[in-house]
Amino acid sequence: MTEPLLEVKDLTVHFPTEDGLVKAVDGISFSLEPGETLGVVGESGSGKSVSFLTVMGLIRSDQAVITGEVFFQGQDLLKLPVEEMRNIRGARISMIFQDPMTSLHPYYKVGTQISEAVRTHQKVSKQEAHDQAVEMLRKVGIPKPDERAKQYPHEFSGGMRQRAMIAMALSLNPDLLIADEPTTALDVTVQAQILDLIDRLKQEFNAAVVIITHDLGVVAEHCDTIQVMYAGKAVEFGDRHDIYYGSHHPYTWGLLRSIARLDADSNERLHPIKGLPPSLINVPPGCAFHPRCPYVMDICRTETPALLPSDGHHAAACHLSLADKERILKEEVMSRS
Amino acid sequence: MSVDVSQSVAPTTETDRVPLVKLEGIRKLFPITQGILFQRKIGNVHAVDGVDLEVYPGETVGLVGETGCGKSTLARVIMRLYNPTEGRISFDGQDITHLKGRELREQRRNMQMIFQDPFASLNPRKTVGSIIAEPFRLHKTVAKDRVKPEVQELMELVGLSPEHYNRFPHEFSGGQRQRIGVARALALRPRLIVCDEPVSALDVSIQAQILNLLEDLQEEFKLTYLFIAHDLAVVKHVSDRVAVMYLGKIVELADGGNLYKNPKHPYTGALLSAVPIADPDLAAQRKRIILEGDVPSPIDPPSGCRFHPRCPNAQFPRCKEEEPVLRQMHPGQVAACHFPLEDRAVLEISE
Repeated sequence: MTEPLLEVKDLTVHFPTEDGLVKAVDGISFSLEPGETLGVVGESGSGKSVSFLTVMGLIRSDQAVITGEVFFQGQDLLKLPVEEMRNIRGARISMIFQDPMTSLHPYYKVGTQISEAVRTHQKVSKQEAHDQAVEMLRKVGIPKPDERAKQYPHEFSGGMRQRAMIAMALSLNPDLLIADEPTTALDVTVQAQILDLIDRLKQEFNAAVVIITHDLGVVAEHCDTIQVMYAGKAVEFGDRHDIYYGSHHPYTWGLLRSIARLDADSNERLHPIKGLPPSLINVPPGCAFHPRCPYVMDICRTETPALLPSDGHHAAACHLSLADKERILKEEVMSRS
Repeated sequence: MSVDVSQSVAPTTETDRVPLVKLEGIRKLFPITQGILFQRKIGNVHAVDGVDLEVYPGETVGLVGETGCGKSTLARVIMRLYNPTEGRISFDGQDITHLKGRELREQRRNMQMIFQDPFASLNPRKTVGSIIAEPFRLHKTVAKDRVKPEVQELMELVGLSPEHYNRFPHEFSGGQRQRIGVARALALRPRLIVCDEPVSALDVSIQAQILNLLEDLQEEFKLTYLFIAHDLAVVKHVSDRVAVMYLGKIVELADGGNLYKNPKHPYTGALLSAVPIADPDLAAQRKRIILEGDVPSPIDPPSGCRFHPRCPNAQFPRCKEEEPVLRQMHPGQVAACHFPLEDRAVLEISE
């Protein structure tokens, strides 16, 4: 087994606020191999963004109480001084965000913004950096990149801006690309283009990719492994096949059943997860999902289930017995057509 | 708890095939001007460019298309929030294209709208109770002392707790805010509700709650929906018929099943093949039609078929020169294409 590129061990991120302690991330562990694509799925407020902002060093210990370890290529990122972290961020780990309008600076030309990223990390002349920026714009499929590099973000459409963000993120050939809801603000046709682009560039640059999303449909075709998060904890982890066809957690079932599907009968009602995600200040005791879980048992209200592997790689944090899970999965979740 | 709806449930079986809303040749152009003092018109944005559509009582018509295809503009024209440049809008047989003032306000009782952004569409300085009561104040359909119980009844109907009457919008989550929007739209017991991307800002698990709520309300109050979204899976789920728009025109209109099984317009095929499917094996089987580039500018739309610069099946010179008209492909399915797709070109959906 190769050494993992990124290994997160028991990471917690707690924000002290006037209303109480916000447990945004509450003990997650996972690892990522080079060249692997990990999907992180969860509702708003499940801690999926915060955990990767912490990996990026964008949430520091003066804002939050961070414990645990984040090993990236053998180095614990949480212990690195700010300057060293700055050398890694952007060069070896980079991130793209949901809203490409607010993550580009409106006053600077797109080409200038990309070459700035290059010049921050490499000793190259302005001209060389600019040429590199144009080349990256070409690689992400922007037509006439030399003209486009001289334009401002408002002259780009949403999809083009996201491409420019990807060009910036990949301009230094990072080993890890974190995409936080990269396509949520985009049309489905553009979404397909962007996801295919990320796939293609991942091959070309041999980077590992993390895709953060709330939509299980988005990651179905693009991820090798998937982590489902709920209320700051990972509730299920497995490869693509485990999650879509053999899931062992009621929350994942709920997510799968609440999606409107093209191949389903329109008269069939959707099965939403009842209730609302919990407040992270006041997470329910025991299993955080128990107030919304249709299969709740007494033990769920008091004991927090551990993320236990059920077969090899695949793990789920649920008190239901394996036999019950298999039965419910077969009879209720996968029953359609 | 039951709500009196006797006045609003007008259409019965014999009037069922009279369209509730009928659009004929609707065009909406937005002028582009130059200069400050002497403004000259230098062009037009062709937001909606010749749309005919009929919506029958009790049905849900879905409207899909990419950003900038004119679907929201069309919705606003129907609501008479924009005046159409050309064309005729009829509501229940009555021409409402040129209604003004009091008459227009009377008409608005029959049609309400639910908006996309549950954060921007509610006044942050008003309580939920007064937001939902606003239509009552404007239209004076309910006596003053009856307003609060009516509002609380509405809140209960859409799944909000009536005790939250005095709370402000910021105290609610996205899904709950969208319920407030639904309650406000229902207040006057309209016959038509135009839903403009009502779930696209919500988490998937919450989307399903709102979609089910809309379906229940439709059944209870015999509502007619025009449902706008860019997510084809959601539109398929709620709609009886679906219209696909591209650059201001309807390019395909069909009942849900046909559209998804046998899309005829290559644009519909491309949209379908781009929808994420939460089933990796099925997703891997489907044929992909990936569109290149972005939607062209509606200021100067392409000649002939507007889709020809991006169309994988375009044949020249016909597609560039001759504009296709909507023609029947299957019973209940029309599409505007010279070289339509074959049946089952995208997804092999088993019956």
